[in-house]
Amino acid sequence: LIIGLAASALPPALMGRATAIASLAPLGIAISFLARFKTGHAGLQFVTDHSWISAFGIHYKIGLDGLNVSLVVLTTVLFTASMAWAATREWERPRLFYLFLSIAQSAVLGAFCAQDLFLFVAFFDLMLIPFYFLIGMWGTGDRVRATMKVVIYTLVGSFFMLVAAIATAVLASNAYGTNLTFVLSTLQHLQLSHTSQDWIFLCFAVAFVVKMPLVPFHGWLADGYRSMPIPAVAVFSGVLSKVAAYGFLKIVLPLFPYASVHYQTLMLVIAVVSIIWATSLAFTTTSARLVVAYSSVAQLAFIVLGIFSLRPQGGQGALLQMLNHGLVTAPLFFIVAALAVRCGGSEDIREMGGLAFRAPVLAALFLIVVFANLAIPGSSNFTGEFMILLGVFKAKMAFSIIAFLGVIGAAVYSLRVYIRTMHNTVGPKAQSREISWRDGLAIVPLVVVIVVLAFYPQFGLKRSEQSLKATMAPAELQEGLSPAAVLAVTGSGRP
Amino acid sequence: MTVLHHIAAVGHIKGPPIDWSALAPFVVLTIGALLVLLVGLLASQIARERMVPALSVITLAVAIGYEASSFHHQTSIISGSLRIDDLALILDLVFAVAAIAAVILSTREPGASQAGHGEYHSLLLFSVLGMAVLVSAQNLVTLFIGFELLSIPLYILCASDARRAASLESGLKYLVIGSVGSATLVYGLALIYGATGSTDFVPISNAITGNSVQPGGLLSDPLLMTGIALTIVGFAFKASVAPFHQWTPDVYEGAPTPITAFMATATKAAAIGVFLRFFDVAVIGAQGTWAPLLATLATITIVVGNVGALGQSSTKRILAYSGVGQAGYMLAGVVVGTQLGINATIFYIVTYLPVNIAAFAVIVARQRQRAGGEDISALAGLGARQPWLAWPMTIAMLSLAGIPGTVGFIGKLYLIRALVAGSYTWLAVVIVLGSMISLGYYLRVIATMWMRAPERESASARVPVGGRPAIAGGSPEADEADASDWPAPDRAVSNPEVAAVAVLFGAAGVFFGIIPSPLLSLAAHAGRSITGIF
Repeated sequence: LIIGLAASALPPALMGRATAIASLAPLGIAISFLARFKTGHAGLQFVTDHSWISAFGIHYKIGLDGLNVSLVVLTTVLFTASMAWAATREWERPRLFYLFLSIAQSAVLGAFCAQDLFLFVAFFDLMLIPFYFLIGMWGTGDRVRATMKVVIYTLVGSFFMLVAAIATAVLASNAYGTNLTFVLSTLQHLQLSHTSQDWIFLCFAVAFVVKMPLVPFHGWLADGYRSMPIPAVAVFSGVLSKVAAYGFLKIVLPLFPYASVHYQTLMLVIAVVSIIWATSLAFTTTSARLVVAYSSVAQLAFIVLGIFSLRPQGGQGALLQMLNHGLVTAPLFFIVAALAVRCGGSEDIREMGGLAFRAPVLAALFLIVVFANLAIPGSSNFTGEFMILLGVFKAKMAFSIIAFLGVIGAAVYSLRVYIRTMHNTVGPKAQSREISWRDGLAIVPLVVVIVVLAFYPQFGLKRSEQSLKATMAPAELQEGLSPAAVLAVTGSGRP
Repeated sequence: MTVLHHIAAVGHIKGPPIDWSALAPFVVLTIGALLVLLVGLLASQIARERMVPALSVITLAVAIGYEASSFHHQTSIISGSLRIDDLALILDLVFAVAAIAAVILSTREPGASQAGHGEYHSLLLFSVLGMAVLVSAQNLVTLFIGFELLSIPLYILCASDARRAASLESGLKYLVIGSVGSATLVYGLALIYGATGSTDFVPISNAITGNSVQPGGLLSDPLLMTGIALTIVGFAFKASVAPFHQWTPDVYEGAPTPITAFMATATKAAAIGVFLRFFDVAVIGAQGTWAPLLATLATITIVVGNVGALGQSSTKRILAYSGVGQAGYMLAGVVVGTQLGINATIFYIVTYLPVNIAAFAVIVARQRQRAGGEDISALAGLGARQPWLAWPMTIAMLSLAGIPGTVGFIGKLYLIRALVAGSYTWLAVVIVLGSMISLGYYLRVIATMWMRAPERESASARVPVGGRPAIAGGSPEADEADASDWPAPDRAVSNPEVAAVAVLFGAAGVFFGIIPSPLLSLAAHAGRSITGIF
């Protein structure tokens, strides 16, 4: 259903070449998506279910529930914005460029909608390929090396996930004597033994954490983000990293509740370390683009924090934060690109400054986005981070206190970038120019959405509430049982 | 009177009854090969250059037709020395398709004209015949005949580009090492015969597993074990399984590229096919003994192949090492020895065919266009200038690396699943690690095609990397053509048949990656035919 629509976005992107028409078709489809999603509420809807590879029990099953509906909207919005941004610019080999961007969109949508473990893995891997080409062919700097680094890092994670996925299905079918199946809703009822859950959880976690990325799997981040073309980096950071976070929510928590509880502390530590690490790097780096990149790492770490609080509030906050972060980070990247144009192509904030004088609209847009990024009270991000911290506070208080440092840090580095670029002394090559319609086309709608969400954060919350509770339930149950369970296990002789 | 009696007596001791209809593919191949040889002797150049390839293709097509029509009929012919079942037929199809591709790719190859068109194509057909015999063999003697019939023509074909030192070197190397492999094999087979007292697979299998009279069989018999070990070595040479793979990169690099393509797909399929036949049928009883050995070999092969490919600068050598690694994956499927493992191996063999042919077709095309075309730098900027060549190569590389959306992914999935289900999870992990390493070079090829600017080529004066003489690949016509200006984007049109092969097989790689079910059921059929024997 949805993939079909997304796939129909391909031909116009192909034919439209570099014209704006190319991006109008996906935009129209995105709007039709939005209209459809209005009707969505909790529970699995719009299910398409075909047997794909019957020999393996693999189904082509996609559908929407409260978890992914808002993320699907986010995906289409961001891709449309990126294409709009790209469409107003000249690209070498435009046909391929839009083809890859469209494949990426289809793959991401597929990963979000997949209700079959195998389908999810396949789409998860597939979405990397277009980015491989996007970075390698249209990137900047030492792009080939960056490409290899990004792809090898993430694919290595994906292979782990592939083995884990197959092992999940095979072990489940062995243990319960059922036919091999990858359908999530079925697998959910076939819980694995604790030891297998442990290692399978770790495999999935590696894949997702690499993708986000969190410490210690962040090696590709700086190179990759620096080399990506702007539309690619906007969707990469805005959407792709969310697929990983979504994977935790959709797959790991329901399928491996025992392991999730078992490794809760580990994941929280990783998240907190990532927050501190990313925040401190965002202080020190002078590249505006990398500040945004590191800030997005910190945000994703917050999201993981929320998910692994294993509390519905935390999960809700995480989901809301995914939405917010996607909406914030994409315009930030576009604005950075706009700033770079004004400063002779350099993204170094030391060479910027004083740009606000003759560009009040750009400055205002930037300010709104920056405020949203640092989660000022009143913004939707504030709601998100608040809920995350609330959830973590309930689960593990110490972590929420450390994580709070990240919130403070975010305020400092976000404002630092804003001040250094917009105010301060005028940079050597900086020219203050008003925002052009080309930039505005992509940035303004996103900012409008941010503002709307700030007033109405329930947009995402309401729909996801039920699904989230369902997702968190097994893990909560595990945790609730854990004292008794530990006793029982130790009593019966732990292996 | 006496004469008549005599004739009648001779008639009585006639050989075993032969089911000619089941034997038809073999007969067709033999007749075709002889016919091609004779037509190649005609004086007319048209006859030699046009009719011979056409006849070869027709022969193969007829053979394919016979094979396709006899699916699901399992017959043993010539008193059980050959067994025509779905496994044999599927592998025969693989050989025939690979051979057709090789014929098409050879149409303008210098090797074909130098060796004589008739001889070249006839040898190719005989080699296909040998492979067909090999994978159908149910008897140690037939097996060895097939093995030799497959190998000897290939020794000559490798050296067929006789004016090129590398080609001669390749042929000689293959001959020497291949002979050692054959000798080891025949020694091993002899020992097995000595231990079990039979040359037929089924009695061998019975002798090993033992019977009511002699329970336990020959499991601890040192003679049998030595025999099996030597047989493994013999097959491993052919399948380029490490540590018996040393010849592979050199031979692949030196041989004319169409022949390399044929060897990489068909020979590998035959060798793995015989692994399946021999180990999962004849000596399945001794699985406890040979499985750890083969598993170790598979592990070494995967590591050696993938690591070896990392440092190569020639695309042909990369593919050779990648072939070594892939042989390791396939061997892993043999090791499991379960129905699933057999199915997965067959599926993997089948999927390996289109993508490898596509990759070699691209190399052929590049070699015609410039000297040193097999060097990886020859691919630089291909994405922009010749998308019709770049896409098949991209698909081939992605598929070999096992990226979703391609057949390679499904193949690996199947293998890993079989391994996990057959409690060889550690081998599955090795496969995954191998795939990770392999990304390093597969992606490098893609990166070269799409992300590096083409270097201006200075015709044949350029010395290819690796210190080899710059005589590789340049046919006289191609050199002439290369003397002209920098190729226009539509240059691939100068080799339409090569580009067509590349595109066709590349498309197959994606098509079956998205809709693998037909191939899967085919593989399952073939797999079932093997376990019917147990």
